[in-house]
Amino acid sequence: MLREIRPAIVLLVALTVITGLVYPLAMTRIAGVLFPSQAQGSLIEKDGKVIGSALIGQEFKDDRYFHGRLSATVAPDPNDSSKTVPAPYNAANSGGSNLGPTSKALADRLKEDVDKLKAENPGQPVPLDLVTTSGSGLDPHISPEAAQFQVPRVARARNMPEDLLRQIVAANTESRLLGLIGEPRVNVLALNLALDRAGK
Amino acid sequence: MTLIGWLQIILYCAIIVALTKPLGWYMTRVFNGERTFLSPVLRPVEAGLYWISGVDERREQHWLTYTVAMLLFHVGGFLIIYGVMRLQAVLPFNPAGQSAVAEDLSFNTAISFITNTNWQNYGGESTISYLVQMLGLTHQNFLSAATGIALAVALIRGFSRASMRTIGNFWVDVTRCTLYVLLPICIVYTLFLVWQGMPQTLGAYVEATTLEGAKQTIAVGPVASQVAIKMLGTNGGGFFNANAAHPFENPTALSNFVQMISIFALGAALTNVFGRMVGNQRQGWALLAVMGVLFLAGVAVTYWAEANGTSTLQALGLTGGNMEGKEVRFGIVASSLFAVITTAASCGAVNAMHDSFTALGGMIPLINMQLGEIIVGGVGAGLYGMLLFVVLAIFVAGLMVGRTPEYVGKKIEAREVKMAMLAILVLPLMYLGWTAVAVVFPPAVASMANAGPHGFTEVLYAYTSATGNNGSAFAGLTGNTFFYNLTLASAMFVGRFFMIVPAMAIAGSLASKKTHPPSAGTFPTTGGLFVGLVVGVILIIGGLTFFPALALGPIVEHLAMNAGQVF
Repeated sequence: MLREIRPAIVLLVALTVITGLVYPLAMTRIAGVLFPSQAQGSLIEKDGKVIGSALIGQEFKDDRYFHGRLSATVAPDPNDSSKTVPAPYNAANSGGSNLGPTSKALADRLKEDVDKLKAENPGQPVPLDLVTTSGSGLDPHISPEAAQFQVPRVARARNMPEDLLRQIVAANTESRLLGLIGEPRVNVLALNLALDRAGK
Repeated sequence: MTLIGWLQIILYCAIIVALTKPLGWYMTRVFNGERTFLSPVLRPVEAGLYWISGVDERREQHWLTYTVAMLLFHVGGFLIIYGVMRLQAVLPFNPAGQSAVAEDLSFNTAISFITNTNWQNYGGESTISYLVQMLGLTHQNFLSAATGIALAVALIRGFSRASMRTIGNFWVDVTRCTLYVLLPICIVYTLFLVWQGMPQTLGAYVEATTLEGAKQTIAVGPVASQVAIKMLGTNGGGFFNANAAHPFENPTALSNFVQMISIFALGAALTNVFGRMVGNQRQGWALLAVMGVLFLAGVAVTYWAEANGTSTLQALGLTGGNMEGKEVRFGIVASSLFAVITTAASCGAVNAMHDSFTALGGMIPLINMQLGEIIVGGVGAGLYGMLLFVVLAIFVAGLMVGRTPEYVGKKIEAREVKMAMLAILVLPLMYLGWTAVAVVFPPAVASMANAGPHGFTEVLYAYTSATGNNGSAFAGLTGNTFFYNLTLASAMFVGRFFMIVPAMAIAGSLASKKTHPPSAGTFPTTGGLFVGLVVGVILIIGGLTFFPALALGPIVEHLAMNAGQVF
């Protein structure tokens, strides 16, 4: 048995260096050359300043923008570091609501948000993804239905024709891969950037 | 449920079956010590590693030596992880300035990673440095996976050899698995993931000013290189807190699909390695068929439950299923499928929050883990877990016809059955025992995020996941407390090593036996009857063990939900 101690130390250290340092550092180097944009986090710049990542959702509250999904991410409470406070789309601390199917807190939250959206766009069915929180709290997408649902509000706020908005939504809708894998979706940040480009 | 949804599921299964044979062929060559197309590059590295560590690659080990070598290897792995977590504040690659991780959390995480569990009581981006992610976690993702595969191969050798005292050399198996199987796939896989949008950088977190003018700190890091082995090695510990739900850890529908394939690929291929090594590939296909039956049953239930939604959602007129805790790019079907895959294997990565699944949709992941993660299972661990159930099933069949049970030419006798029972019984002892303690211990109860039966399920899920070395969670439970850090670590430890040691004892015992050629009275273990028998034994043993606990959690919650009750 004693002869197993040397490999237990030497082989462990050697394999640790290979898999824990050489491999990730070499991959960082290679990926940085082959896919420089993705490797840095698919960052989007505007006028030389980083405005976000194409893959990370951000919070939109203004009526003039399409809104993303609800986010349940939190941040440490500035007054008491043992507690947390809600901080939607906190991209330094991802997470979901973790509320279960029989949670009263979830039922109350859903009812409140459904009522709010019904008031905004009466007569239309409320899209599911606009009232549920995402798993990461950073979901960059909404469903095409959720985008269409918001068109009347954005049109009013921007004084733009609804038809034009619906065209922009359609142009920013991604479909399933090979018609099979994934779900149809709209990247909210990309959509809002396209909106800003289209005019006031 | 939709047609497109089911087509995605069928396509997934077809790809796994198609990969099983070529991967099995390649892995068999690797573990038989034969040349592969990578040998010109890797053989010098391999020989160099043996030289510096004093390993004689032709010297094989007795099962006890093999097991001791494995345990020594893990002691070292534990010390490395614990050390870098405690010292991360003074070590390099820490642009976010993370401070030292607490003793109990470091202990829990170190146990978690050496046991291939990768339970996350830490929150990746908010707790640990890039150095810990790479040197602490990525390296152990490789080595715990390589260990699992090595052990499975050792057990297979027990079945395939006759009248021998040795079952292979642990150091050679681990080294060859890491160099020839895991690393080459991960290198290609990492580049694919970066292409899909996964960050791979040592740069600091990015400060962005959003379109509406708010500040957003975006966590990045060397993500792709870790995620590749996290999925391929069925480790599952996330770079980020939200794991594979995080857009950086799973950017697209395609990255998600490939991640699901990589969870099952090596585990499924090991059934083929088994078939090849015992000299009849149909023996391997029979095991894969047992896994396939149980898998599809689980997928059907979870997909149906999630597509159906909850009574709360239906009452508000919200159609389309249960999207709470799910991502739009994956939707209902890819989230349900992922949840079943990750718990059937002992991966534990999540692309949606299991805590927010419907009662029945979340029950299937729980059952998958309680069955011992034998449906494809963790790399290696799934196969040796499944072979333990096969030993029992063959024993039951032998009792029914009054013959000494035989499997692939080996007589299954008292010693093997005792060891198999020991391994199978120790799992429920851990997860039922600790759950019982936690639900009457007030500080542990305070960690529950949901009230009512769902809170109980959170605790049961945590201990089940830890014991099964899965690592997925009903994440509402606040696990980073002294009580949970220690008790979960004990469940992970017992769940891993008290299964491995009996499995290796069986390997040693079988290897020393003679192989009997099949006769007219031999029970054929490649047909439908065998598949049905093993499925039956798994469900009966599993059902009797954990049905009472499920009745207190997800089942009663489902009934309460249908009655419109909330807690």
